[in-house]
Amino acid sequence: MFGYYVLMAFHSLKRNKVLTALMILAIAVGIGASMTTLTVMHILAGDPLPGRSAHIFYPQVDPDPDDQDTHEPLDVMDFHSAVDLWSAHRAERQALVARADVRVVAPDVDVPALKRQMLATTADFFPMFNVPFQYGQAWSGTDDDKRARVAVISDDLNKKLFGGKDSVGHILRIRDSDMRIVGVLKSWRPSPLFYDVNGGRFSEGDTASFYQKPEDVMIPFSTGQDINRNHFNPFTCWHVPDQRSEQRDWPCVWVSLWVQLDDASKVSAYRRFVADYAAQQMALGRFNHAGNTRMRNLMGWLDFNHVVPSDVKLETWLAFAFLIICLFNTVGLLLAKFLHRGGEIGVRRALGATRTAVFAQCLMEAAVTGLLGGFGGWLLTLLGLWIVRRQPTAYADLVHLDIPMFLLTFGAAIAATLFAGLLPAFRASRVAPALQLKTL
Amino acid sequence: MDIAPIFSALRRHRLATLLIALEIALACAVLCNACFLIANRVDQMHIQSGVDEASLAQIKMDCDDCDETDLNARVLSAVGQVSGVQSVSVLNAVPFGEHAGTAGIHLDASNQKFGGVVDFFVGGPGSFKALGLNLVQGSMPKEDDYRAVEDFIPADAPVWVTRALAEHLWPGEDPLGHEFWMDRFHFRVAGVVAHLARPGGGEGGPETREWSVFVPGIPGKKLAGNYLIRAQPDQLQRVLREARAAAIKAAPEAVLDQQQSRTIGELRSEYFQQDVAMTHILVGVIAALLLVTALGIVGLASFWVAQRRRQIGVRRALGATRRDILRYFQTENFLIVSMGVVLGMALAYGLNIWLMLSYELPRLPAYYLPIGVVVLWLLGQMSVLAPALRAAAVPPVVATRNE
Repeated sequence: MFGYYVLMAFHSLKRNKVLTALMILAIAVGIGASMTTLTVMHILAGDPLPGRSAHIFYPQVDPDPDDQDTHEPLDVMDFHSAVDLWSAHRAERQALVARADVRVVAPDVDVPALKRQMLATTADFFPMFNVPFQYGQAWSGTDDDKRARVAVISDDLNKKLFGGKDSVGHILRIRDSDMRIVGVLKSWRPSPLFYDVNGGRFSEGDTASFYQKPEDVMIPFSTGQDINRNHFNPFTCWHVPDQRSEQRDWPCVWVSLWVQLDDASKVSAYRRFVADYAAQQMALGRFNHAGNTRMRNLMGWLDFNHVVPSDVKLETWLAFAFLIICLFNTVGLLLAKFLHRGGEIGVRRALGATRTAVFAQCLMEAAVTGLLGGFGGWLLTLLGLWIVRRQPTAYADLVHLDIPMFLLTFGAAIAATLFAGLLPAFRASRVAPALQLKTL
Repeated sequence: MDIAPIFSALRRHRLATLLIALEIALACAVLCNACFLIANRVDQMHIQSGVDEASLAQIKMDCDDCDETDLNARVLSAVGQVSGVQSVSVLNAVPFGEHAGTAGIHLDASNQKFGGVVDFFVGGPGSFKALGLNLVQGSMPKEDDYRAVEDFIPADAPVWVTRALAEHLWPGEDPLGHEFWMDRFHFRVAGVVAHLARPGGGEGGPETREWSVFVPGIPGKKLAGNYLIRAQPDQLQRVLREARAAAIKAAPEAVLDQQQSRTIGELRSEYFQQDVAMTHILVGVIAALLLVTALGIVGLASFWVAQRRRQIGVRRALGATRRDILRYFQTENFLIVSMGVVLGMALAYGLNIWLMLSYELPRLPAYYLPIGVVVLWLLGQMSVLAPALRAAAVPPVVATRNE
């Protein structure tokens, strides 16, 4: 029966080519637009560390004397708080993160000096975030302690400086210091660049920069204090710092801490630890309030920062409004089509076809239309994503259609058309046999 | 024309009529709001920077641990010798470039009365004139207005504020002579300029976009590396190219920031790239929306014409002219679209309220609605024309045939 209905559906599509083409086009355009934006949403709102993100946490304390316990704490921490929490080693893994723009040059190759972003972090960063290596490996905790002059570079920078060859052991001059390359990353593109996300609540929805590429140079945090002294990017300062003093003592926040905590008891213990630390700092007189410590998990922190750009959300809403309009269109056209065949349906009914059979047949026709529309929608989605990739945004290169979204394209097209076909099919199945026969 | 028969015909096709009317209503709501979003973006993109964009370019050099005073001297002299350069001066930031001095200010020395987060443009001699700022109150910075730069800004200085910032800080008052503080730094307003857009976006929405302060400062250790070039607009590209080369040659130990060393016009278009892209998407959505709505009308009207061939033939046989038949379908479409837009206007307002809540958009101006209605009426008439003409072409003889 099923196969017969499919054949009938294809046959019927061929009978009124203009109407069929209009329907398929409407579905294809609606599905194409919504799947394009949905794919972008799916990529931007996804989990950057699937399976691990629930165990990654972002502790915060508030050193700002002008802030209050009723406010959110500053997005990142001051040097002393971050380093104190880190050096207590109370979590499974912990990594400090600070950023700077630096001049890099490789003395053995003939490439002019480049301006690159540098990440100063600690050894746990690499295993904690599953960072893949192409050559060599990360530095160790001992390197952190010894302030070793070592560096890990990105795949991009390795291509630019060393033509993609194994550059482990080569020297990279950062600012004025020679560092030994110990590792080269594989191409690594977390979406968003979660460990650098902060300040989302001040960005007015313009958060595309959260999706930029990881830093090209990574060095031990401790070494960074020697070779990039006073040049790390502060998130903000509550007073204008005295530039002659050490950056660690500035009234500024510029160091983040990420910790890995594998079970609930450790999470609550660490939460307590952070709160106790703030209370202790208040007792020591370094903080003037200690009640607004926070510790969100990774996804909670991304949500708090509204990582998905508001333009992308707006586009998604628009696309869905558009899909609904396309569906209204399809309902109207299907209705026209089915009722146009009132005579034929009447004959079938008079010959003994049940209402259910007529209903099923009409729905099958809708589903086949949906399938064809889905095919068109898939092509239009590919076109849409190609256009998105050509946009000047930080996430453009991330956008692609993965298998689940590909299947969803067809699923959504068929489901939408079936939904649109319900009412017309119901109306068609109500055609009274006798009345229609009379007009023949 | 008598519309009663049309109504009774539509009553027999209640469902299809309702569907088309709903589609039109939704289209009306989305159309009005999408157009409004576009207008808003375009508005933001036309912000006045307040500077002579066509004549200006920036050169940005990054130099770690080099002697800044010496760097300034070498770059200023080398760039100044490029033919066609009208002036070159030191300025910490330019509109649409990178932030350099963003800070919160207070209206009292004890830093209690918060004034807002503003951007400080710290410029050396010549930069105020080179920018081409339109002075509306006060006079140009004089020689003794330039003070030594501490940290990133002079500790106590006369400043030039924009009209927008003056109006925000001291509404209705004469801003000249007013004071404000940023931490321990103290400023006194010496002049007001018509416009000066801050480098990046404002931190509190479009109205903060021009909260800029110009501070004269003496170039030196804390004011170095960023240079403003002024040239004839038609020579600017060449001058910039040669100036970049001259700067690199004059300071080989520094790194030229390729991204930022551009004309202000280029920096502006790059700054608004995302908005332009979004505008294109919105225009695309509107076009696709109109297309799909038109297709729906064409499809349904064609179906009705085919269905009513016989009746049309009868009417023609009874003396109706082709014109009458054409009119019938046109009026029918007009009625359906009218029903749709009445609902559509209400939906448009509802959608706008939602957008206002979630995207901080202003209220939809009322004149968008009649424009949307007219557009949809025209669209309806255009789409129904072909099927209606086909209907009008039905010969009276059809009435006698038994199809």
